[in-house]
Amino acid sequence: MMNTEEIIKPENLVYAKSKTLTDAPMHYCPGCSHGTVHKILAEVIDDLGIQDKAVGIAPVGCAVMLYSYLDIDWVEAAHGRAPAVATGIKRTNPNLHVFAYQGDGDLAAIGTAEIVHACNRGENITIIFINNGIYGMTGGQMAPTTLLGMKTATTPQGRQADLNGYPFKALELMAQLPGVSYATRQAVHTPGAVRQAKRALKKAVEKAYAGKGTSFVEVVATCSSGWKLSPTEANRWMAENMLPFYPLGDLKDE
Amino acid sequence: MSELRLMKGNEVVAEAAIRCGCDAYFGYPITPQSEVMETLMELRPWETTGMVALQAESEIASINMVYGAASAGKRAMTSSSSPGVSLMAEGLSYLAGAELPCLVVNVSRGGPGLGTIQPSQADYFMATKGGGHGDFHLIVLAPSSVQEMHDFVFLAFDLAFKYRNPAMILADGVIGQMMEKVELHSPRPRCTDEELQKAVGSWAVTGKRHRSRNIITSVELDPAIHEKFNQKLQAKYAEIQEKEVRYEELLCDDAEYLIAAYGISARIGQKAVELLRAEGVKAGLFRPITLYPFPSKPMAARAGQLKGILCVELSAGQMIEDVRLAVGNCLPTAHFGRNGGIIHSPNEVVAALKKLKANCE
Repeated sequence: MMNTEEIIKPENLVYAKSKTLTDAPMHYCPGCSHGTVHKILAEVIDDLGIQDKAVGIAPVGCAVMLYSYLDIDWVEAAHGRAPAVATGIKRTNPNLHVFAYQGDGDLAAIGTAEIVHACNRGENITIIFINNGIYGMTGGQMAPTTLLGMKTATTPQGRQADLNGYPFKALELMAQLPGVSYATRQAVHTPGAVRQAKRALKKAVEKAYAGKGTSFVEVVATCSSGWKLSPTEANRWMAENMLPFYPLGDLKDE
Repeated sequence: MSELRLMKGNEVVAEAAIRCGCDAYFGYPITPQSEVMETLMELRPWETTGMVALQAESEIASINMVYGAASAGKRAMTSSSSPGVSLMAEGLSYLAGAELPCLVVNVSRGGPGLGTIQPSQADYFMATKGGGHGDFHLIVLAPSSVQEMHDFVFLAFDLAFKYRNPAMILADGVIGQMMEKVELHSPRPRCTDEELQKAVGSWAVTGKRHRSRNIITSVELDPAIHEKFNQKLQAKYAEIQEKEVRYEELLCDDAEYLIAAYGISARIGQKAVELLRAEGVKAGLFRPITLYPFPSKPMAARAGQLKGILCVELSAGQMIEDVRLAVGNCLPTAHFGRNGGIIHSPNEVVAALKKLKANCE
């Protein structure tokens, strides 16, 4: 048996809070995927040693306070405009690592023009797209990615195609564009998925910085509050309902 | 070396941008100002000064690209015309809320709606009263010549950075399209990384080397803190009103009647003053150069000697509200203006002033 002193020796260290993560307590609901994605993003920034030349663009939505949690320079964008803001920064500062973090309402509804054209120009930025099929911050309304039949505050009878249109596959759309060099869909609902998502995120940041074009990383995520499920039920519901429609894996890696 | 040329107002904006060390232009085509971006693309400044010029997918994207570049402390600008500037209202509010400097050129045209591509001054309210949600102001400069289109690009950037606030050049379709002799300033180099760090390192996002992180944001959920921030903004506007008023007076010393006009209307007003003086009417021209801050005090200082003020605008009467706030109700004021893209003639202005004069006597 090792005593405490031996356990905390540096050579026995297997995991630590990343340098880039601040000490601010996160405001997210229990079971929300945002915290996990923030954590792996901080780890990627640490691993690549880019804390001093990373600039993040925070969205409007649940992640609006993202700048509180990662110790790098941040810009808070208007709703949906993060890819345009990222373009302005990256074009005038090619030596910075620039990434935009957006939810499904931000990216796939109000900001469709900005994301499509940033990707189409092949801006050398990384897009992190959180898809939980619902508007979390405003109280659980329908998102463009809400599944058919899914109940939300604005589709209380469930989303119907004839009334509300179809769930929007943003990743598949962006993967068509020559400006996008890496398009992948990940999740963070199991330890294995978290590790895989982190690898994908690291690759995305490296490729964008190398000037390959836009990296687009979708993370299929939970919203236990919006879905009105417990954290464990939300993970299960996501695996059973979201993943068949939004399958995980790389769509493009050029 | 400065240099004399015959140029269009829109072309000179592009030339002045490069010469004043601008780092980036983002824009979207719209008549009557498309020559700004066309000239930049022709001049290819990325090969000389390193200035970025990019055609965006919309005015919404343009202003947000400006927001991004400005967040990094860069001299960033866009240009558009009335309907395009309406689309930028959201971005302008965010720029003001995040205290970011930038330049927006509005070569205005007739509205409302899609309106007309002919000249207009009907965006005065939008420019001077905020032009977006929340309590904010743009610094607004109104050129009345191609020379001023050039000079105000330099001035607008200087004021924008001095106060960390967006600045607007409010021109009109005539000033944008007409050609005049212009003296181009000698080029001012773009800021080096070291100069930029020194000037804006305390707030700009440039990567957090050797300092704590910088955050550009306009969100504050605690109302008490947010009120304090708003009070700080208002204190800044008060300082701008105190220090940055600019205006021009022509034959005002003995004037009994003033023509108050800016932009192209001031040029027409100048001719009208000449015609009126030739007929023995003691008329003068008062030309606000800064529309925000409005030159209320110098205008009010003239009130005692005057019998009336005629506001001449290419609108249904917008600046006249600021004129009335400046001089109060003690002095007769009247509006004369054409709108919808029609430009008034000096003779029409003369007739309007004589009508005001007849009512006053």
